Amino acid sequence: MKLRFLLPLALFGVIVAFLAVGLTRDPREVPSPLIDKPAPVFDLPQLAAADQRFTPESMKGRVWMLNVWASWCTACREEHPLLMELSKSKVIPLIGLNYKDQRPDALKTLARSGNPYQLSVHDLDGRVGINYGVYGVPETFLIDKNGVIRHKQIGPITAESWSQTILPLIEKLNQS
Amino acid sequence: MKRILVLLLLACASWIASAKEATPLAEDPVVEQRLIAISEEMRCLVCQNESLAGSRAGLAEDLRRELREMIRQGRSDEEIKTFMVSRYGDFVLYRPPLKPTTWLLWIGPFVLMAGAVAALLIYLRRRRGEEQPAELSNEERERARALLREGEET
Repeated sequence: MKLRFLLPLALFGVIVAFLAVGLTRDPREVPSPLIDKPAPVFDLPQLAAADQRFTPESMKGRVWMLNVWASWCTACREEHPLLMELSKSKVIPLIGLNYKDQRPDALKTLARSGNPYQLSVHDLDGRVGINYGVYGVPETFLIDKNGVIRHKQIGPITAESWSQTILPLIEKLNQS
Repeated sequence: MKRILVLLLLACASWIASAKEATPLAEDPVVEQRLIAISEEMRCLVCQNESLAGSRAGLAEDLRRELREMIRQGRSDEEIKTFMVSRYGDFVLYRPPLKPTTWLLWIGPFVLMAGAVAALLIYLRRRRGEEQPAELSNEERERARALLREGEET
């Protein structure tokens, strides 16, 4: 007899637990199928020097980060100070993927607020972005010495995600 | 609003710039029809409640451009699906594939339904058992008769 009243309560508890877990998850963060896969190859002109090109192969043997950004991207400004600090500390080479941007606009942005990138490549039509599964700028890919994507940050890098997730992973990857 | 306009313009500009062999929509209705059929089954990752066919987000425009090109090259639906899934994951598909991680998603509702029907049947059967009128004992029958008689006399 008691079970009859406890059962709905238990069911209610299960539903609440599911919903509570659901609330802590961000539906905008879609897990990337590219994690632990080789970074897609590309060959793009550099932003600052259109006659020079860059391919991810040239980074082989080093742990590096590819940061997708654009001058029209407001959330990119949020992570910009952190990227500046990061580039000063030289923890990791940072390459920019300038996504669907006009060259003069992109260069103006870098000149105005500072350039944290070792270099940026210019992905005007967004094709490389598509190959990397980019759907919300900024996004950052952490790539290991063998050219395998090990982590993807969707949205701006925060002090928290940097110190708790990305930096420990970089240290681990640098050791291997 | 301004940003969206700029994005749209950019998307259009890049579309014109990259698609040399692009023909106006009306000239290639077969391609467009296939594009719509495929992209209606896919989610736009920018506005997650819109399909790739209906979304006006810059990324959706770009992806339609890619798919249009693949269709023109005569790629199969399966190849196009693989192209999308390998970049954005199963989440782009409105019909996720049946595999161990999605079993609960596909079979869960039927399991719940079966459980509910079973519970209902058990409940109904038990209630039927409870409601069967109990036989009256002789004593009770006497009492009932007496009560009825009382009613008649007044």
